[in-house]
Amino acid sequence: MKKKMIFSEFFRNNGLGMGSLLIALVGFWLIFLIVLPQLSMLDYSFRFNLPPAEQGGPKDFYTLSNYEHLLYGSDQTHQTYNSVDLMVFVRTIIAAMLVTLFNIVLCYPLAYFLGQSKGSGFVRLLVVLLIIPYWINEILRAFALRIIFGESGLLNEALMFMHLIREPIDFIRQDIALYAGLGYAYILLMLFPMYNVIESLDRNQIEAARDMGASWIQIHRRIVIPHAKPGIVSGATMVFMLTAGALAAPQILGGPSSLWFTQLVYQWFNDSLNWQQGAAYAIVLLASTIVIVLTVMRIFKVNMGDIGK
Amino acid sequence: MSSGVAVDLENLWIRFGDFVAVRDANVAINGGDFFSFLGPSGCGKTTILRSVSGFLEPSEGTVRIGGRDMAGIGPNKRPTALIFQNLALFPLMKVWENISFSMEVAGVSAGERRKRADELLDMIALEGQGDKMPSELSGGQKQRVAIARALCANPDVLLLDEPLSALDLKLRQHMRTELREIQQRVGITFIYITHDQGEALTMSDNVAVMKGGVIDQIDTGHDIYDHPATPFVASFVGETNVFRGKISRIDGNQALISTNRSGDLLARITPTQVGKMSVGDDAMMFIRPEALQLGEADASAKTTISAGTVNEEFEGNSFSVFLEGDGGKSIKMSVPNVGQDNISVRGKDLSLHYDANNAIMMPAGELASD
Ligand SMILES: Nc1ncnc2c1ncn2[C@@H]1O[C@H](COP(=O)(O)OP(=O)(O)OP(=O)(O)O)[C@@H](O)[C@H]1O
Ligand SMILES: [Mg+2]
Repeated sequence: MKKKMIFSEFFRNNGLGMGSLLIALVGFWLIFLIVLPQLSMLDYSFRFNLPPAEQGGPKDFYTLSNYEHLLYGSDQTHQTYNSVDLMVFVRTIIAAMLVTLFNIVLCYPLAYFLGQSKGSGFVRLLVVLLIIPYWINEILRAFALRIIFGESGLLNEALMFMHLIREPIDFIRQDIALYAGLGYAYILLMLFPMYNVIESLDRNQIEAARDMGASWIQIHRRIVIPHAKPGIVSGATMVFMLTAGALAAPQILGGPSSLWFTQLVYQWFNDSLNWQQGAAYAIVLLASTIVIVLTVMRIFKVNMGDIGK
Repeated sequence: MSSGVAVDLENLWIRFGDFVAVRDANVAINGGDFFSFLGPSGCGKTTILRSVSGFLEPSEGTVRIGGRDMAGIGPNKRPTALIFQNLALFPLMKVWENISFSMEVAGVSAGERRKRADELLDMIALEGQGDKMPSELSGGQKQRVAIARALCANPDVLLLDEPLSALDLKLRQHMRTELREIQQRVGITFIYITHDQGEALTMSDNVAVMKGGVIDQIDTGHDIYDHPATPFVASFVGETNVFRGKISRIDGNQALISTNRSGDLLARITPTQVGKMSVGDDAMMFIRPEALQLGEADASAKTTISAGTVNEEFEGNSFSVFLEGDGGKSIKMSVPNVGQDNISVRGKDLSLHYDANNAIMMPAGELASD
């Protein structure tokens, strides 16, 4: 009933021809670019990696073996776990969480400052300066960081010049570059939702709380953070999902020993040409991150509607 | 009544860059008074209030609360509570949490807070509504919650920034009475800001009338209405008729003004100007619509105005008659409706007279723009 009304109004506003075209385009996007590829990934993940001749033959039936491989590796008896891949998985999830947390802590004061010092020219300039680096391709940005963090890179040179260190620090091998790169990669997606909600907070509420004797910490805990919660959760969701699924930063900035779970997926697809196995790994990552996000939203009592705002 | 805490502003200047928002304000507010600042939009009322509450440091001068200099003392440390122009209730907290927020930040236990909130809810006639969210309340109820929230901190001085401006007329009039009652019950000093003269006159012990950052007059509502100190106050507070001209004679506390259209008119000089005006000065005379009466006075009394009528309006409790006045402005006269038939006077020439004691003379000056 309500849907019908939305549609009739939509057609009234856009005309039948234009309206149908818009709906067709959105439908194309949803179905061909999102739903079908995901479904075929799901389908792949339950199949064996067979030579083309055997596909569709008697050996081509659904199986859980790709998922079992993540758990037990090549051990058919299921006696030992596939500890290498599982460790990578757990490490990826935990690291993505930490990166998200780091982003929240870093962005909150900045978003508060930007959001509450409304519309001054300086603030607008600051926002533009924050955006400009993101005009550059993600991979180039990662390489730029690699140059900064390299053994004879900008950072090491500067630290040595100031005599803070005597020998260059190997930021890459110690994964410092990796985490810095991941932390930087999606930080704007944390900053802007937070900035938007904090900007919509009535200044008088802060002053009212202050007038009633609240300290700065109490004002943030009771007034600003509850108000900003949907923005924080929406930013955190995006940063967490994208960080857990990042590939460029781990490829370029990761040390030789550090593997990100997406790199395993990439190897299955690209090096081993086992798309079925890669699809299973990718599905596990996707499903786990969705479950984690939903759980966190449940814990912090935020629903989907709030996030879409 | 003088049990409350006094507030004093001494030589208070507040500047924003080059702009002077408050110019040399001197105000002594007695403890326990209901004191109002009255003035048009943008005259600096909120600015004064913010300097009392501590959100704004004055550029010059002193704010004293209970005799104590407040310089350098933040809003959370002052014995004041501010009710904001838009109330600023916390939308994500329940009503009782809103009311007891000042206790929460002071670390009082939830049980005690709830008890105090319920007492205050009783006082504002919202028993049992503590568990609602602010968005579930009506405008007048929100208003009362904001008052309870401010009173919960037991402030010595309550500051109210046009808290009734968002309400409709009926509710506003009801809340006036209620505010006054609350003030008398709690016995603390109220500083009230408004651009509505009705509010200021009905509720206040004393009123300060402001224009463009300057305080023109501080007096009781009655004295402001009857003895305005400046043309601005005379024309801003209540309705009045203005006659411009030059002083042609001065007689003790009375003066004669010669006007273009209405001839020589006699009036009492406003108290602050007695002895300060001289013959030939540009002057203004003010008469309230209700001080004009139909009929002619003794010609020697110089208190008769003759003019053609241009319009009349029925206003329920009175008839308003408009006559041709100086400079295209009409003279308004109000005749109480005491059961007589509609006096149809349109187009006729009328003579009006008044008591010279009810007309006020003062040096010409800026009027409130209407
Ligand atoms: N932070 C500020 N910076 C610059 N000018 C300001 C600032 N705050 C107020 N002003 C100016 O000071 C003057 C007085 O403002 P104020 O808010 O005190 O007016 P008001 O009397 O409360 O008016 P209203 O009835 O509309 O609320 C206005 O002209 C305003 O533009
Ligand atoms: Mg104001």
